[in-house]
Amino acid sequence: MIAIRDLEVRFGGRRVASVAELDVARGEIVGLVGESGSGKSMTALAILGLAQIAGARVTGSVQLEGMELVGLSERRLRAVRGRRIAMIMQSPRASLNPTLRLRTTFERTLRLHGVPKREIAERAAAALREVLLDPPLLNRYPHEVSGGQAQRFVIALVLALRADVVIADEPTSALDVTVQAEVVDLLRRLRDDHGAAQLFISHDLAVIGQLADRIVVMRGGEVVESGPAHAVLAAPSVPYTQELVAAVPRIGVPA
Amino acid sequence: MRRVLVRRLGQALIVLVGVVIVTFGVARLVPGDPAITYAGPRASQEELDRVRVELGLDRPWPEQLVDYAGGVATGDWGTSLHTRRPVLDDLSTAVPASLELVLVALVVAALVGVPLGILAARRRGRLVDGTIRLLSTLAVSMPVFWLGLILQNVFFARLGWLPVAGEYDPQLDYTSPLTVWTRMTVVDALIGGNWPVLSSALAHLALPAAAVAAYPTGAIAQMTRASLLETVGEDHVRMARALGFGERAIYGRLALRPALNPVIALVALVFAYSLANTFLVEAIFNWPGLGSYAAASITTLDTPAILGVTLFVAVAYVLANLLVDLVQAAIDPRVRRAL
Repeated sequence: MIAIRDLEVRFGGRRVASVAELDVARGEIVGLVGESGSGKSMTALAILGLAQIAGARVTGSVQLEGMELVGLSERRLRAVRGRRIAMIMQSPRASLNPTLRLRTTFERTLRLHGVPKREIAERAAAALREVLLDPPLLNRYPHEVSGGQAQRFVIALVLALRADVVIADEPTSALDVTVQAEVVDLLRRLRDDHGAAQLFISHDLAVIGQLADRIVVMRGGEVVESGPAHAVLAAPSVPYTQELVAAVPRIGVPA
Repeated sequence: MRRVLVRRLGQALIVLVGVVIVTFGVARLVPGDPAITYAGPRASQEELDRVRVELGLDRPWPEQLVDYAGGVATGDWGTSLHTRRPVLDDLSTAVPASLELVLVALVVAALVGVPLGILAARRRGRLVDGTIRLLSTLAVSMPVFWLGLILQNVFFARLGWLPVAGEYDPQLDYTSPLTVWTRMTVVDALIGGNWPVLSSALAHLALPAAAVAAYPTGAIAQMTRASLLETVGEDHVRMARALGFGERAIYGRLALRPALNPVIALVALVFAYSLANTFLVEAIFNWPGLGSYAAASITTLDTPAILGVTLFVAVAYVLANLLVDLVQAAIDPRVRRAL
């Protein structure tokens, strides 16, 4: 679905992210791990063509089903964002416009991508059912819902947009543990029931371990290790990953 | 909402009582004898004594204060020592003229300033941004009387496009007399369908309104730019971009709406401030507004008139602030919770 080759993001002269090779297939979740500042979020923004808006220089190649995204015009990128590649962010309530009811955000986004008016209501109902949200919740403003509700709303929006690729940037970090589990479950279903390709970005190996099929580890702007999730977690090959794995608390295993 | 309104009106009342007491006290502290102002410098001692009794100045000041406050509450704001008319009557002719001038100026300022601020924010760091920032700094820092004179010089003296002063051509009083409804010339002309007076009034309004509008236009543009740039860095704007919204939608709508709160507060503040503080513009353009009245009452030590103007401006501030809260709540639901 997504094929990244030799992607480099530079701010001024400084290289902030460099990914030689990263593929995400349909129905696959790739976990992108690393501490803050390791370049994982910048990689996500570069895929969407948003790093350039922030003033970065992006070189290399990002292909979405064979369509090159690096260097694509802003107008055509806008049709890709949301509709083909959707994003889920860390602080769900802050990522929703504070002056708009959830319904307005939902309707405007779907209308932006050409969904006819009568179909929007159907898609809203179906998507809300799937994420287990009550339809009246749409009448609320972001500050009137909980973080978990907001994140489920965002996932419903992604579902309704029928995006092929979902980039989830720390989607559970701002939520408490029980809500985390619900969101992880929803993301898993997004893969299993809808075949979405997912790039799951997190500093939390425990969450990634529950979800990812493959794991890519970044540090200091570069990929240091990648491979199937069970292999990376069971036998990390570079010292940095070993540290990360060792740092994950496990029940019954003394530290 | 109703409870909020009642509470706010109650607070407003307390503020106004405070204003009455303080202004009354200050007016008594100012050197000068209102009786002399009223009776004139050549009055004999007997005349002065008679005037003191007439104005109630012979009684102890707490009694005078209570008397004045009671009058204010019942619609008797005292009699101007200078015009010898009830202060409330004077205000009812001066206030509409100022209101007309300031309202038009602020509408123009908002219609020009907000789009300029949006444009500057979108093109930040570029030439357009630099130009807008320079112009708005000029507009904010230019002395208003100087700007008024420049405008008269260019548009009246050189180009001859616009009249130099006054509210409308006085000759029209004979050919198409104006029926008074609100004492705002433009509004009255509109209500009465008096087109000759309307066009004359608009032409007379253009230059003073432009002079008054300069400061708020610059301030609004700068405030809009700063507030937008702050909002554009927020998570929900990143999300909007990731959902496919373009920069036009973001700057024109999605980020603009949460960014408008400080701009609205600024507009209300400038409005209340401008009502009595445009006397330089009113003097230059011979505009019979509140500023002219205030200036005249200060130079003649006309205590009841000064008290009346102060009280009115305080009421305007209180109402403007109340209006700000309501408008902000309508635009940004987060404010509703804080009310």
